Amino acid sequence: MKRSSKASIKTLKIDGIDVAAREHETILELAQENGIFIPTLCHVEGLSEYGGCRLCMVEIKGSNRLLPACMTTVEEGMEVVTNSEKLQSYRTMIMDMLFSERNHICSVCVSNGNCDLQYMSVKLGMTHIGVPYLNPSVPVDTSHDYFVMDHNRCILCQRCVRVCGEVEWAATKGVMGRGINTRIIHDLNQPWGDSDTCTSCGKCVNICPTGALFEKGKSAGEMVKRRDWLPYLKLMHED
Amino acid sequence: MSKKAIMATVWLDGCSGCHMSFLDIDERILQIAEKADLVYSPLVDVKEFPEMADVTLVEGAVSSEDDLKKIQKVRAHTKILVSLGDCAVTANVPGMRNPFKVQDVLDRAYIENADLNQHIPIKVIPPLLKTSVPVHQVVDVDVFVPGCPPHADTIFFVLSELLEGRIPDLTNVTRFGA
Ligand code: SF4
Ligand code: SF4
Ligand code: SF4
Repeated sequence: MKRSSKASIKTLKIDGIDVAAREHETILELAQENGIFIPTLCHVEGLSEYGGCRLCMVEIKGSNRLLPACMTTVEEGMEVVTNSEKLQSYRTMIMDMLFSERNHICSVCVSNGNCDLQYMSVKLGMTHIGVPYLNPSVPVDTSHDYFVMDHNRCILCQRCVRVCGEVEWAATKGVMGRGINTRIIHDLNQPWGDSDTCTSCGKCVNICPTGALFEKGKSAGEMVKRRDWLPYLKLMHED
Repeated sequence: MSKKAIMATVWLDGCSGCHMSFLDIDERILQIAEKADLVYSPLVDVKEFPEMADVTLVEGAVSSEDDLKKIQKVRAHTKILVSLGDCAVTANVPGMRNPFKVQDVLDRAYIENADLNQHIPIKVIPPLLKTSVPVHQVVDVDVFVPGCPPHADTIFFVLSELLEGRIPDLTNVTRFGA
């Protein structure tokens, strides 16, 4: 799509409310600007969109598919529905899968009380998980001097991969495998502590939504992620 | 006023923390006692579960064959079954053994970590299920109260609502790990 020289404004409706958007804006960005809540766990302003968690699915009048709000750009005359019984049931189902695919034991987790996944479960009104837990046996990598990667708590949102590659330019973190066997890896799938590329900047740790990445020495409920630098992410990114 | 509700509490694989938190409602227990009789519980001396309880609170995950038998019986004799606390709701700490084989767990507990008398008990201790599971994985559950343990205020709210004949709305009241 070519950018026109003068800013072009699109008008559309979100949940029946008339809103004006900049061209090329995503539905998620527009909703957030207008104070309309759309759940998401993988989106971070200033990082590339990944569209992996699927929580931000919305309905669009005239389309029989649900579309991820973070990956869908606005169009003139669009009518978007961000919340419906159907969307709620899909979102709960996604959360069920996120909680059951690895081992989330909030009461003993470093992120208890400071976790985006936990927060989202409250926000979406969940009181239990509707599918059986898979109880996978996954490792905890403690080889790094300062940080720990606990695969038990990883939801594969890839925030860490993106911040490491796009902002720190280290590209230490990557993804290996497919489907349920997908794992976050360091360099060529080696222990984090053996990585030649990691600068120990800690960006991945602080951007990680869960207790999957944390500082050594933190015990249950003690890991509070530092997010004060996130508003500058876009600037760091463009520099 | 109609007659009092029949209430029970059961303790499966949990640490008793949820029962402690229940007792932490302090003097408000008198308000509960006005509306309900606690007829079966680790806190009372009765050994037989009532014919039909109006409300039963369950603490703990379903971890052994004994837990499974108990909860099936409780379900059959309860109108409203409440999963109280993260162990009942998610399997929580008892479920931390789940990625391991039962035999490895027993070896670890009774042999590797035992200084004296190293053997795996076969009598008295009920056999473990393959995994510790949430209560709703084996029987229907009517109300879920996450929390480790749920706050006394939460428990009081749940009981007050139930005893008024309402199903409590717990959104934004408690959460996993609370
Ligand atoms: S990462 Fe979040 S949801 Fe998972 S166990 Fe930790 S606190 Fe709970
Ligand atoms: S380690 Fe954290 S940031 Fe990285 S994919 Fe897993 S949950 Fe997301
Ligand atoms: S600490 Fe920095 S360089 Fe190392 S993996 Fe995390 S983001 Fe990448």
